[in-house]
Amino acid sequence: MSDVKRNTRKSPTRTTAAAKADAAKRAERLLDFYREMLFIRRFEERAARGYTQALIGGYCHLNLGEEASVVGLISALRPTDYLFTNYREHGYAIARGIDPRRIMAELYGRVDGVSKGWGGSMHMFDLTHRLLGGYGIVGGQVPLATGAALAIDYRGGGDVVMCTMGDGTTNIGAFHESLNIAGLWNLPIVYVIVNNRLGMGTTVEKSSAEPELYKRGAAYRIESARVDGLDPLAVAEAAAHAIEVARAGRPYLLEVVSERLRGHSVVDPAKYRTAEEVASLKDHDPVHALAARLVAEGVSDDVTLAILDQEIMANIEEISAFAEASAFPDVDTLFDYTYATPVPNDSRRLPGQPLFATGAER
Amino acid sequence: MTLMSYRQALHDALRSEMLRDENVLLMGEEIGVFEGSYKITAGLLAEFGEKRVRDTPIAEEGFTGAAIGAAMLGLRPVVEIMTINFSLLALDQIVNHAAKIYGMFGGQAKVPMVIRTPGGGGQQLGATHSQNIELYYAFVPGLKVVAPSTPADAKALLIASIRDDDPVLFLENLALYNTKGEVPNHDTPAVIGKAAVTREGHHLSLIGYSRMAHVAKKVADQLADSDGLDIEVIDLRSLRPLDRETVVESVKKTHAAVIVEDDWLTYGIGAEVAASISDGAFDYLDAPVRRVAMAEVPMPYSKSLESAALPSENDVIQAIYQTLEAIGHRRTKAGPHD
Repeated sequence: MSDVKRNTRKSPTRTTAAAKADAAKRAERLLDFYREMLFIRRFEERAARGYTQALIGGYCHLNLGEEASVVGLISALRPTDYLFTNYREHGYAIARGIDPRRIMAELYGRVDGVSKGWGGSMHMFDLTHRLLGGYGIVGGQVPLATGAALAIDYRGGGDVVMCTMGDGTTNIGAFHESLNIAGLWNLPIVYVIVNNRLGMGTTVEKSSAEPELYKRGAAYRIESARVDGLDPLAVAEAAAHAIEVARAGRPYLLEVVSERLRGHSVVDPAKYRTAEEVASLKDHDPVHALAARLVAEGVSDDVTLAILDQEIMANIEEISAFAEASAFPDVDTLFDYTYATPVPNDSRRLPGQPLFATGAER
Repeated sequence: MTLMSYRQALHDALRSEMLRDENVLLMGEEIGVFEGSYKITAGLLAEFGEKRVRDTPIAEEGFTGAAIGAAMLGLRPVVEIMTINFSLLALDQIVNHAAKIYGMFGGQAKVPMVIRTPGGGGQQLGATHSQNIELYYAFVPGLKVVAPSTPADAKALLIASIRDDDPVLFLENLALYNTKGEVPNHDTPAVIGKAAVTREGHHLSLIGYSRMAHVAKKVADQLADSDGLDIEVIDLRSLRPLDRETVVESVKKTHAAVIVEDDWLTYGIGAEVAASISDGAFDYLDAPVRRVAMAEVPMPYSKSLESAALPSENDVIQAIYQTLEAIGHRRTKAGPHD
């Protein structure tokens, strides 16, 4: 019925032109997403290599399999909106527009890193791009993000906060306390559960009595939805709606069903996954899926995509060269970031130094 | 100067800072409509409204974390945690987040917030409501921990804490709320990180904080009157940073020290003070450093047991005399406590 009506109102030529413009726009958007997803893919693969080369230390969690979710979510934010995330955040930092050389330098523990080498893989931060932290403690970022939304609301600003977390986080108290507060105080925040169906090796079904995680919003009268995290356009659309709700002054809970192509971290061989599950992973690879879609829909072709990949690979090599050339932080800076307001009697002693000067030193 | 209670001094500091800076807001359980479990925030909801005086759900981790996040964006939240015992529920947010955010991100985000919370036993509240666990926070670099013992310090240190760009754990004490003292009418902040010599003397250094600094001063004044003793009293005021210098300089003068504290002895604040004296004034000591602390038990409910577990004025006096006797000090007069 409505189709008939619409056809009578618009001339056939205008409809065709508009449809063509829409299709072109969509194609361009898909290509942009692909470029960014592939960049994250290659960056993460390089990070994994850097880890085996002992250039990167500590824990290192990669976004492999999560690329479509990352780019879809971040595309819906304004530059002035805030992002809080967890320890699996390299891709988010890239998507927010932070210089990837500084992200790699942080992984390498160098002075040019986004957190000056103090944070590492799990603790990226950049105020200019409003990435207010990767956080290493499961659930730690959720109350913080809620408080950032409180500050926005307190000052009457139009920004929103996006707070991403893994599926395992929905079982921790901080998640529930935060959603309750956001629901009570009408805070402008979008909580995003990136559900890759695994904690480290424990499944959602084994850890969550309500495995359809988005339904937990109902307990706090928070609108919620679930979306396919392997489709960047679907994620972007769902995130845009969630952000619209938040900007209007209500929190939102979005569950993005995503994938984790490798272990929990770079050192995890993921032996707990069955052979069938591992075999099926290639069907759940969002980068491959989008490449196939671009070719099938005639948006691009294999040759063009291969050239793009080469360009990105060359760029990644430059990025790791930059990181490797960057200096380690000077030991003289060890006590620079304990306190923002200098305070008398702050201990600035290295291990083994006496509390009081000995006779010889006096 | 105005004579007022510790409670009133805290209230006045909160009010004047809220009037001075719109970024200051209060958050906590029952602080608004109920006016606070200990009435520190009485009248503030009526004056400033719900936006700035926020009753929170019973969710210490959630609202403390939210205050940290709000501080990261430049607000200056003052959180009330009803008693320090409940701060354990917010431990992750205080220790892993408030204390770390400035350093962990290379100095890019400040956390200008205050957590006000009372410790203290003696109210027959039993094991879970009578603890003095400020040590847990004083242990952590990135936090500042202050513990005023007088109404004047309560006001000046609270003002300083609110204006400070770092997270401050502000330790109050249930037994101090009704104590009275002269308080300056102006709003000059104290310097965080500095101890105060609250009584000068040369016989012995008596060192405490919070309620026990109050007890120490009282005992020293009493012994001056009754026994002609001249005891130097140090109120630590700040537990992190710890002003070791003031303590050590005092002990170099008096050659003896008694440390009094309401927390448990083993690994307590006094242990760190004693270690500082050992490092800084070893050659000056005429007697072992003595500590008077709470008995190492979960606090019992019954009055007889609770009183025995808490350090009393008499426990402090005994420790002073035993230390003085060890260095051959002769009493000028016999005290009533022998």
